[in-house]
Amino acid sequence: MTTTQSEVDFEEPGQVPGAPLLEVDDLFVEFRTRDGVAKVLNGVSYRVEPGETLAVLGESGSGKSVTAQTIMGILDMPPGFITGGEIRFHGENLLKASARRRREVRGSGIAMIFQDALSALNPVFTVGFQIEEQLRLRRGMSRKDARKRAVELLDQVKIPNAKGRVRQYPHEFSGGMRQRAMIAMSLALDPEMLIADEPTTALDVTVQAQIMDLLKDIQVERNMGLILITHDLGVVAEVADRIAVMYAGRIVEQSLARDLYRKPGHPYTQGLLDSLPRLDLKGTELRTIKGLPPSLLNVPKGCPFNPRCPRVQDICKTEVPPQHRLAPGRLSACHFAEELISGD
Amino acid sequence: MTDNIIEVRDLVKHFPVRVGVLFKRTVGHVRAVDGVSFDLKRGETLGVVGESGCGKSTLAQVLMRLEPATSGTATFEGRDILKMKGGELRKLRRDIQIVLQDPYTSLNPRMTVGDIIGEPFEIHPEVAPKGSRAKKVRELLDVVGLNPEHINRYPHQFSGGQRQRIGIARALALRPKVIVCDEPVSALDVSIQAQVMNLLGDLQTEFGLSYVFIAHDLSVVRHLSDRVAVMYLGKVVEIGTEEEIYEHPTHPYTQALLSAVPVPDPELRSSRQIIRLEGDVPSPVDPPSGCRFRTRCWKAQDICAQEAPKLVTRVANHPSACHFAEEKSIVP
Repeated sequence: MTTTQSEVDFEEPGQVPGAPLLEVDDLFVEFRTRDGVAKVLNGVSYRVEPGETLAVLGESGSGKSVTAQTIMGILDMPPGFITGGEIRFHGENLLKASARRRREVRGSGIAMIFQDALSALNPVFTVGFQIEEQLRLRRGMSRKDARKRAVELLDQVKIPNAKGRVRQYPHEFSGGMRQRAMIAMSLALDPEMLIADEPTTALDVTVQAQIMDLLKDIQVERNMGLILITHDLGVVAEVADRIAVMYAGRIVEQSLARDLYRKPGHPYTQGLLDSLPRLDLKGTELRTIKGLPPSLLNVPKGCPFNPRCPRVQDICKTEVPPQHRLAPGRLSACHFAEELISGD
Repeated sequence: MTDNIIEVRDLVKHFPVRVGVLFKRTVGHVRAVDGVSFDLKRGETLGVVGESGCGKSTLAQVLMRLEPATSGTATFEGRDILKMKGGELRKLRRDIQIVLQDPYTSLNPRMTVGDIIGEPFEIHPEVAPKGSRAKKVRELLDVVGLNPEHINRYPHQFSGGQRQRIGIARALALRPKVIVCDEPVSALDVSIQAQVMNLLGDLQTEFGLSYVFIAHDLSVVRHLSDRVAVMYLGKVVEIGTEEEIYEHPTHPYTQALLSAVPVPDPELRSSRQIIRLEGDVPSPVDPPSGCRFRTRCWKAQDICAQEAPKLVTRVANHPSACHFAEEKSIVP
């Protein structure tokens, strides 16, 4: 039904030949639950190059985290089922790879950090132990060498007194420090690609700013690919090179960050930007997106956004919009994308 | 001063820190709110912003009399909230209501929406005689933009935004004069957050409500507030009109806070002034001497460690608790 997505070429100007670092290609995932089949991902495609930050933007239930879990191979199966598509890392399809090979990629190829650092860290082991564990198992380091490396890593993520901190437990760290420790842990095996799933959502703004700066520095230093999963349009604007906007398990728009904010190519993106209170503007009434996101058990026919869309036409209720190519590297899954971009 | 519906003076709330299992000893105090003063004018919205642990939610709880205060006064229409008892306190609870942050835990899952919104009438039967309650509840559902037909549904049948509307309907039931909103939109998605914010704005106009609007999101606070108080470690560090705080901040903490908020416009990425604070907020059990912000402040001098700066007007036209208050425009 959405074969169009797989035909899309993402050619960017100046793209290097050869396989990209990570490519998600027409991915379909569903959750088979007691209440029925929830179609969580319906043909998701994106790619990330080394040194690039792709922000995956979406509200709860849009499928942004499930995509990340599928890439990492940590999706709960069942109830999750991958019903189509490929995830290629340096051209190798990870979904066909053996469990052993996947384990090799995890951590040293692609690493991930999570939103809630307190529940992502094991409370009964020291922070140091949790970093060293991977080094000893995967790199065969001795305890002593691993400890040395752990201290270096904590130092790199700017944790003061890393030597003392390495012996402490997660509960002895503040929220921001825990997130730093988790970043250190994800860097232990020098991954080429980092997925950050809402890394700053649980943090205060001043700490959020520190962590985003840190992530950015590390990324530049190591030329890592970064997928930043978030619902915060502000954070995205500050760090993303490219943005993929997800809605009901689909990517509805993909664009360079600057273009997307200047002129959204999908009514949903437009709606999100309009409904945002701005620090630098005191508006009167916020323009809202009416209604609620659809239940994934029962996604509307045609364009999933059609019941909430201000520009809805008859065609939107019957036909799933293909990905329109608006400019190099710019896609929009709206029947009226061209009008949206040129008109008004 | 009759225009002030709530006046808070030197409000203090300390929580004892106890150790031991059987014989508990008090080893210190969490100074959650430590000398806060402000006025809430009739019909206005006072925004309270600050990071976690700054005492903004404790402030809400003390104003609601959900927690007793340690010292200080808080008056509602001239009467001291903190000393009220019996009938007077019950009357107060009609006039001040609260909307809580988490719409998932603040509604009883075993009660229908009708029961939840109608429960205030059980306690205050004078507001709605028994026969008219169902009608009142339907009206309230309609006012907050929910379908009145859904009166017999349970909270789990609603989405997060709809549940927050139920919480708002419950707060409105007794026709209060003041609603304390404790992070009412922070658990919601952006598109839903905007709907709830608009609703709160409309209700204020319709019912002439005054809001104490507590949030950590500075953009949300600016959008709804007439005046804004910035809190840090239990103290108000700066207070003024929305414009004074956002366009002419004078306290270094306010400035840092404003500069840390990501602006959803990639074009401003390089042109923005960025102040990055070092480290975390100190523990409120053992706050720094003098000015509490001095440990993270780039302007800190010796005097900051010795003398706590008073919240008075030094520069610009609004009070700021900094020895070296200085206007600096942050927001682009």
